[in-house]
Amino acid sequence: MQVTVNGVATVLADDSTVAELVAERGKGHDRIAVARNGDVVPRSGWASTRLSPGDDLEVLAPTAGG
Amino acid sequence: MTTSELAPALEREEAGDPFELAGETFTSRLLLGTGGAPSLDALERAVRASGTQLVTVALRRVEASSSASMLEVLDRCGVRLLPNTAGCQTAREAVKTAQLAREAFGTPWVKLEVIGDEHTLLPDAVELVDAAEQLVADGFTVLPYTTDDPVLGRRLADAGCAAVMPLGSPIGSGLGIRNPHNIALLRDTVSVPLILDAGIGTASDAALAMELGCDAVLLASAVTRARHPERMALAMRQAVEAGRLARAAGRIPRRWHAEASTPMEGLPEL
Repeated sequence: MQVTVNGVATVLADDSTVAELVAERGKGHDRIAVARNGDVVPRSGWASTRLSPGDDLEVLAPTAGG
Repeated sequence: MTTSELAPALEREEAGDPFELAGETFTSRLLLGTGGAPSLDALERAVRASGTQLVTVALRRVEASSSASMLEVLDRCGVRLLPNTAGCQTAREAVKTAQLAREAFGTPWVKLEVIGDEHTLLPDAVELVDAAEQLVADGFTVLPYTTDDPVLGRRLADAGCAAVMPLGSPIGSGLGIRNPHNIALLRDTVSVPLILDAGIGTASDAALAMELGCDAVLLASAVTRARHPERMALAMRQAVEAGRLARAAGRIPRRWHAEASTPMEGLPEL
């Protein structure tokens, strides 16, 4: 299915979950946060949240900043 | 004197004058931003030399973010992380970013930044107050980066913010405190902690902030972009300490003319 991940059109397997997306995109990162269509997906819901075609996803991680 | 030789004396001074913020107690009154450091090693040295216990971090897309190693460094230093909403231009963006940061870092504390102009990075007062009200209602401990306007500061304190964090001058400008009068007015206006945030260029700026009555100083570029970040971090730590002591000691009044400290009595006729 077609989704957008961090602003880039992406094809993911049907029935992908947020947890699977984080496992793929978040390698080497810690303390990740995910937004789906503008709303926070709590960590406790990553495994049970299935993505839908057209979803707009943001996968974020800490960086240095003032 | 090296960092390690000086640290015990500073730690004794700091321990006797704790900084209360949102129900937490800190001994250090210096908050450090992590942005701009030339390397993780430089960042770690600066964090340790500064004596800070609270450092700011940001959230970005994973492709653009630091790897987990920066967090390892900060965890190793034993500092608490304060996520910011840097880059947000509307209350809506800032609230969403704060909610994401709460999820990522497991803390309801947020340094709230809502920028109104990308050239000056000055706060958007209207969006800032809106975001602060929403976040306070959502249970956040809100630490807002704001202008040096005492009226806006009062509005933020009234909204339930845990501190008010006025700029001295624009972020990263190093121009110091352009309007000391406003910072002093803010001190008299709000009873929540006042943290000078942004514009610090060198140690005397940090000392002035404390002399004007600020409870703490938050700075990043002045240390991370200094030629020697570790040395500047130590200088800032000493400056904050010196300014705090000077404020408590009570400075002499300013006079137009000289007043001799040596008595005239007993002056010989030669």
